[in-house]
Amino acid sequence: MATKKKLNFEQSMIRLEEIVTLLEQGEAPLEQSLTLFEEGAGLLRSCTVLLDQAEQKVKLLTAGEDDSTVETEFKGGD
Amino acid sequence: MKQENILTPTQVNQYIKGLMDRDRLLTGLLVQGELSNYKIYPSGHHYFSLKDREGTLRGVMFRGDAASLRFRPENGMQVIAGGRISVFPRDGQYQLYCARMMPAGAGDLHVAFEQLKQRLFQEGLFQQEHKKQIPSYPEKIALVTSPAGAAVRDMLRILGARFPLAQVYILPVRVQGEGAAEEIAAALAWANHNRVADLLITGRGGGSMEDLWAFNEEVVARAIYASQIPVISAVGHEPDVTISDFVADLRAATPSNAAELAVPDQTELYGALHALAVRLEHGIGGTLQRHQRQLDRLGQTRCMASPLNYLQDKRVLLDYQSHRLSHAAEGGLSRRREQFIGLSAALDAMSPLKVLGRGYSVARQSNGAVLTLIRDISVGDSLTLRLLDGSLDCRVENTHREDL
Repeated sequence: MATKKKLNFEQSMIRLEEIVTLLEQGEAPLEQSLTLFEEGAGLLRSCTVLLDQAEQKVKLLTAGEDDSTVETEFKGGD
Repeated sequence: MKQENILTPTQVNQYIKGLMDRDRLLTGLLVQGELSNYKIYPSGHHYFSLKDREGTLRGVMFRGDAASLRFRPENGMQVIAGGRISVFPRDGQYQLYCARMMPAGAGDLHVAFEQLKQRLFQEGLFQQEHKKQIPSYPEKIALVTSPAGAAVRDMLRILGARFPLAQVYILPVRVQGEGAAEEIAAALAWANHNRVADLLITGRGGGSMEDLWAFNEEVVARAIYASQIPVISAVGHEPDVTISDFVADLRAATPSNAAELAVPDQTELYGALHALAVRLEHGIGGTLQRHQRQLDRLGQTRCMASPLNYLQDKRVLLDYQSHRLSHAAEGGLSRRREQFIGLSAALDAMSPLKVLGRGYSVARQSNGAVLTLIRDISVGDSLTLRLLDGSLDCRVENTHREDL
């Protein structure tokens, strides 16, 4: 189920767990094991990069006209 | 009887009303008693009686005053009612015009709290089965709280330190005072309607029970219950418990605690990723090793270790086998030949000529059929006798039948 779609952090973690478990069970043929390993390594990289580069974003969210959402910068809690 | 002394009932009532309305005690008093005959009319006015052992006092609370009731007055409840005593001229009855009412003993907020808690509990709003799972890694978190004050600052600080990956939205609401509960409830509903987040936190910092009251209001409880997005309630300090806490999918002791419960800690995540990396390498290492071992085992077999020797072995085997084969073929042939000779001799012995040679002859009727039985021939019939070297034409003179 190696999807080309970009997984979010949670999906990546879940998939990683799955891959590691599969590899630990060692029942997959060699070729498939190598593909799984590559996918896992990629996910590890992308998760780490996500964490490394994360910067908290805070927005004030209010209702605009027609109940639409309006985002504005939040300037501190004082 | 002097004319000017005769009064109408209305005049009497008005006179008494005037007296009462000027009386210092009757214009502002507190009465404690047991509620009975409590009724709310469609007009919105509340009518009731206050009783003690010996007496009863009628009372009314007009709609505007009743709206400020925190708790639900119930028959049998000991209450303290504040207001004035006056006459209702139409009936000529005096009664308590009640402006406010509170339960005797406990404060009205405590009673209101217990009443609402009991009611919502019975309705099933606190049921564990209804509680939704808090997402493990929320991507968007909406804080329904006041944008000012320590609570929002604490939450932002902790969310940022633990899991900066999550986008945080602040849905600004008033968290105390008139209309605060309605604002909170509306924000929760709006957040759901617009799906602004995958996790909601609603709450505020510590304060008096009065300050926290919005989170004990039924509208907020129902909005939390109705939320499709999981809600963490984060009200006041550790010992403060609100109705929101009971309805929420998760209760946090404080706003800071809510932030801790809402997201994983990135330090732990780095640890978890490292552990996964180790396991991943181990996993593939194990697979590779297993295949390597298999390869080694195959490599050590004779055919892979020295293919020429292997071929030679096979050639020797082949020679041996072909030798056996030709040997077997030859042996088979001579046996067949002997068999053939034996069979030919047997066949020769069976030949009719050989039989004739031993003195037998074959009799045939005129139609050529071989004659074997007396009953197939009559006296005078002609027949042919076949001998070894020719035949005789004969005629039957006589027949002698013998039983076989």
